[in-house]
Amino acid sequence: MPVIRLLSVRLLRMALVLLCVAGLTFGLMLASPIDPIDAYLGPQIAQASAEQRELIAARWGFDQPPLMQFGHWLGQLASGELGWSHVYNQPVSEVITQRFQGSLALLGLAWLLSALLGFALGVLAGVREQSSLDRVISGYAYITAATPAFWLAMLGLLLFSVTLGWTPVCCAGPSGSLRDEVSLVTRLHHLALPVATLTLLSTAPITLHTRARMRELMASPVATQAFAQGASRWEVAWRHGARHACLPAITLACASLGELFGGVMLIEQVFAYPGLGRATVEAALRSDVPLLMAIALFTALLVSLGNATADGLYRLIDPRLRRQG
Amino acid sequence: MSQPRLSAVLGTALAALLLAGVMIVAAGLGDAPRQMHFDARLTPPSTDFWFGTDALGRDMAARTLAGLTLSFWVGSLAALFGTLIALGMALTAMLGPRWDALVSLAIDTLLSVPHLLLLLMIAFTLGGGTHAVIIAVALSHWPRLARVLRAELLHLRQAPYVQISQALGKSRGFIVRYHWMPQVLPQCLVGALLLFPHAVLHEAALSFLGVGLSAEQPAIGVLLGESMRHVSGGDWWLGVFPGAGLLLMVLCIQRLGETLRRAWSTS
Repeated sequence: MPVIRLLSVRLLRMALVLLCVAGLTFGLMLASPIDPIDAYLGPQIAQASAEQRELIAARWGFDQPPLMQFGHWLGQLASGELGWSHVYNQPVSEVITQRFQGSLALLGLAWLLSALLGFALGVLAGVREQSSLDRVISGYAYITAATPAFWLAMLGLLLFSVTLGWTPVCCAGPSGSLRDEVSLVTRLHHLALPVATLTLLSTAPITLHTRARMRELMASPVATQAFAQGASRWEVAWRHGARHACLPAITLACASLGELFGGVMLIEQVFAYPGLGRATVEAALRSDVPLLMAIALFTALLVSLGNATADGLYRLIDPRLRRQG
Repeated sequence: MSQPRLSAVLGTALAALLLAGVMIVAAGLGDAPRQMHFDARLTPPSTDFWFGTDALGRDMAARTLAGLTLSFWVGSLAALFGTLIALGMALTAMLGPRWDALVSLAIDTLLSVPHLLLLLMIAFTLGGGTHAVIIAVALSHWPRLARVLRAELLHLRQAPYVQISQALGKSRGFIVRYHWMPQVLPQCLVGALLLFPHAVLHEAALSFLGVGLSAEQPAIGVLLGESMRHVSGGDWWLGVFPGAGLLLMVLCIQRLGETLRRAWSTS
């Protein structure tokens, strides 16, 4: 069963990479200037004597070698115990679940829209090289690739929220209202600008890549043959080009989750949107080590899943690879 | 566009001139970015202050220029170190299959953490500041380039002319000097130039989030972060100009990198 073997090799590899990510985050946090005992004591730091600190260290295992601490932490992770977030005063797992629900709409919508838009633009640009349409689209792609995400978000905020007043200035709902009271329309209204900014910024790689593939196809014998039979450029683009270019576009879209999460962090910061990205920044600014570590692992899992999906879809869609088994 | 060569040369020259111009003007600014004009706080762009002034009456044009220079140096140092790490890692991967597996694992690990999050964690560990940003950007940006260089070296090792050279009894040093270097060095340089825009943008993002350069430095990320506080007041000039400057600088460098890549590409 080659499929099962392949799958298990992939899974093992993913587990290994995740273990390495865990090691990396643990190492980084261990080397950081944050003293876990101070963080645990909080405002009572002045009242604790040296002996009490030693007791705490022994109680929490800070006197053990780093490798033992790492093993202990991994064991806790495996049993689902992620720790306590002092910024949100909640268990870390709850913070992540709640915040991710907020980010999911933003991340998912922007991901889907940018993939579709990027692919469509790439195909359009690749149909005729150096046409005015091609120039406009690739110019757009080059410029957005060089644009700071948070700057564009800020410009959008200035134009649409402050000057024109079309969209709300911040947050995921009207201030003062509870999460459950907000209607779907209001929620979409609050999402519109963040999603639009994120989409505009993340189309560029897919567009440029699809365009390159289309140009390659338009110069290939397949296209020449079709032209000789009387097909127009648009027909060739639709029948052969879209198929030829969709595989790399799918791979790229699945592999772009990491980059997209970076964008989400910035955009949520600008729009004060209560999601995972903002929680990450808060955790880093206010030294919430357990939350930061858990988010790092969680996003690494997300990105790895994206990569694995890309690989799996490739095999499923491409008939040449399927035949090989 | 009937003269692609000429337009490429002109575009590249213009980009280089623009970059050099920013550096030279910023070097002549002296103390202007920190000078406060208390009688002209938050003034919109005018003939006195081309880009307006901020809440402390500081000239935004001077601050933007100083910020661009700072971003340029931080970005170049980070791109340089990143390229060196990538080259080192690619060479390490050549030592044997075990080393290769180790390098691949490191690349996969770093690529599976979102870039900005990795930057955030490294900067957090190092406690922020200029050196922390440079180290963080260098440490998080090498994997892609290392992957390219590793593939190139693997390809090169199997190339017929290198194997013939080996069979003729040339030493390892000779092969590295005369066969590897001419292939890999241009790749490194182009890689560094293409890395630069990412480095600059991520540096600005990190400073914007408040974990990067310290707040008193006139960095683009810091300026944009400050301007966020005045967005709802409609003081648009605080954010628009520094961001546009950064965009222009990144476009210029992209242009230079693209020209070099075309000039040196072997295929």
